[in-house]
Amino acid sequence: MLRKLLIGTALATSFAFSAHAADVKEVQMLHWWTSGGEAAALNVLKQDLAKEGYAWKDVPVAGGGGDAAMTALKAMVAAGNYPTASQMLGYTVLDYAAAGVMGDLTETAKKEGWDKSVPAALQKFSVYDGKWVAAPVNVHSVNWLWINKAVMDKIGGTEPKTFDDFVALLDKAKAAGVIPLALGGQNWQEATMFDSVVLSTGGPEFYKKAMNDLDEESLKSDTMKKSFDNLAKLVTYVDPNFSGRDWNLATAMVIKGDALVQVMGDWAKGEFHAANKTPGTDFLCYRFPGTDGSVIYNSDMFGMFNVPEDRKAAQVALATATLSKSFQSAFNVVKGSVPARTDVPDTDFDACGKKGIADLKKANEGGTLFGSLAQGYGAPPAVANAYKDVVSKFVHGQIKTSDEAVTELVKAIDDAK
Amino acid sequence: MSTVAETQIKLTPEHDARPGASVRSQLQDLLPKIVLAPSFAATIVFVYGFILWTIYLSFTNSKTFPSYDITSARAYQRLWRWTFESDPPSSWYTSITNMGIFGFLYILICLALGLFLAILLDQKIRGEGVLRPIYLYPMALSFIVTGVAWKWFLDPGLGLEQTLHQWGWTSFHFDWIKNKDFVIYTVVIAGVWQASGFIMAMFLAGLRGIDGEIMKAAQIDGASTFQLYRRIVIPLLRPVFLSAFIVLAHLAIKSYDLVVALTSGGPGGSAWLPSNFMYEFTFKRNEMAVGSASAVIMLMTITAIIVPYLYSELREKSR
Repeated sequence: MLRKLLIGTALATSFAFSAHAADVKEVQMLHWWTSGGEAAALNVLKQDLAKEGYAWKDVPVAGGGGDAAMTALKAMVAAGNYPTASQMLGYTVLDYAAAGVMGDLTETAKKEGWDKSVPAALQKFSVYDGKWVAAPVNVHSVNWLWINKAVMDKIGGTEPKTFDDFVALLDKAKAAGVIPLALGGQNWQEATMFDSVVLSTGGPEFYKKAMNDLDEESLKSDTMKKSFDNLAKLVTYVDPNFSGRDWNLATAMVIKGDALVQVMGDWAKGEFHAANKTPGTDFLCYRFPGTDGSVIYNSDMFGMFNVPEDRKAAQVALATATLSKSFQSAFNVVKGSVPARTDVPDTDFDACGKKGIADLKKANEGGTLFGSLAQGYGAPPAVANAYKDVVSKFVHGQIKTSDEAVTELVKAIDDAK
Repeated sequence: MSTVAETQIKLTPEHDARPGASVRSQLQDLLPKIVLAPSFAATIVFVYGFILWTIYLSFTNSKTFPSYDITSARAYQRLWRWTFESDPPSSWYTSITNMGIFGFLYILICLALGLFLAILLDQKIRGEGVLRPIYLYPMALSFIVTGVAWKWFLDPGLGLEQTLHQWGWTSFHFDWIKNKDFVIYTVVIAGVWQASGFIMAMFLAGLRGIDGEIMKAAQIDGASTFQLYRRIVIPLLRPVFLSAFIVLAHLAIKSYDLVVALTSGGPGGSAWLPSNFMYEFTFKRNEMAVGSASAVIMLMTITAIIVPYLYSELREKSR
């Protein structure tokens, strides 16, 4: 009896080992790109991998947004059951890398020359301790204005170059009886707009010091107070019903011509495309006034986990395909963002995309490519959320003056560090 | 050994007579325990085990992942400090004051409305069988459905206000759901709508249990209807009040989903309850220690309510 059991066990293990010897031709991927356009964009990658003989397996996550996916990922990693890769944002990658669960793609990176083609600011999040742990998929930038061209023509507006121009333009819209500024009153939207306001008010140097280095002097400086005052000014141009509105509903207000402009990241472009609008004729994309030449970014990354040896080949194939020029172009044309490497040709992109690519290149070379604090690329989540709290409380009136706002900001960030 | 066996046989002769029956009766004795064992073990691990784990984590400096080095009570110190930051309100201050407002109003209005409806329904009216389920039905909905429905209804641009404006009452103004000072009351409205029917059913059952003789005796003694309810019926319903209170108290303290669906946190986070705070800090802000500490405080609050209740119940039974 015992001997039979032993033989059985030995056989089973030998089977298991022989199965392990061959590479697993499968990529397990955790992501929350399930909506129409996003899923279509991801399909490009699936097909690229299928050509190389790798099957694609989605790790199912119940519930839409990234939060549910991150909770699921936490559970999987805690159980030692790593996916090949997972969609991740900013500091999450570094958190997991610090916990020692990320793989090492440095060899592939060297072979493919990622060090040179991927902007240095992005490498801060995809390289940990000298090792490549993630493959950036795209670069979103948040300092954009999205304007309805018909409304713009009606009120006779021109591209605002400074913050004062912008206020004058909003006044014109108000006089013409349209809602000047479409805003969704959720804390991340308010804070995303405030990112641009700070860059516009204080300039690139100041933005970096305050929002990336979290320098206390800058955070409580008069420039910061001025930024809050400017934010308060902008909030006077929103409709009374803005609180709690989703970002895509705010975009829809601009698309329909109920509102003139929205300050939002370039994912808003996807909504315009879905409504069959073309840049230049139906809508306009300008940089937030006073921020031309700088880019506030966030980026989607595929974090690569420390999978067993037999699954490494699939992982390398996934990473290589993700950063290939053809995929970067095809994916980002659909997604509305710009490629995560600066050497991808812009031929397939629309006018806004072309501007985005050129801006990214310029900002990368000029050192004016900054992480968005609201989107979690300026500081770890605890700090980023404390910042969103303060901005949102200021917009909704719990914090009444800009003096109080900067004091609260310093305190909240200190607490969260 | 044999002597022991003999005495046993003498004491329980029927076991000796039919050995098969002995095993069966032993099994019968054990069966409830065997059936209960898995759920008992699961409860021990997944409820009490994790309560202890959470308490442990609240004394560490866990961030994204649990860390097991006990550091200090820094999480509690921060919560304690936040408890007194009222201007501008800290998220924790907002959460606990909202809990106070919501818990108090929700329980009070549900009890009052539930009792009132039950008394009305108890007047032997026609069509009670139809009316009762109508009031009870909202309880069958999940908090998410209730939250979304009321969100649309209360939204000034979509629901009540917009409709009344279209009907010509343009001065009508009701934007509580967009107002940081009033948003928590919209949570009370939606919560009361959902639970008061259930409380009504509890009171109705209580009312039906009251002996009709007592009522008749009181009426013969010349008690008015008001006096009848005030002096006799409501005091007799005391056990129902207690059960309803416990049901409502725990619903109040765990209503996380209602806040999320109805207000998505409210303007500037002004509709948060402690449960929202806990989830937000543990899973979104990667401050697991603070999240755990807030969970422990919530648990202690519930304990402070439940333990006196259990104590009084048990004392009453033993009397």
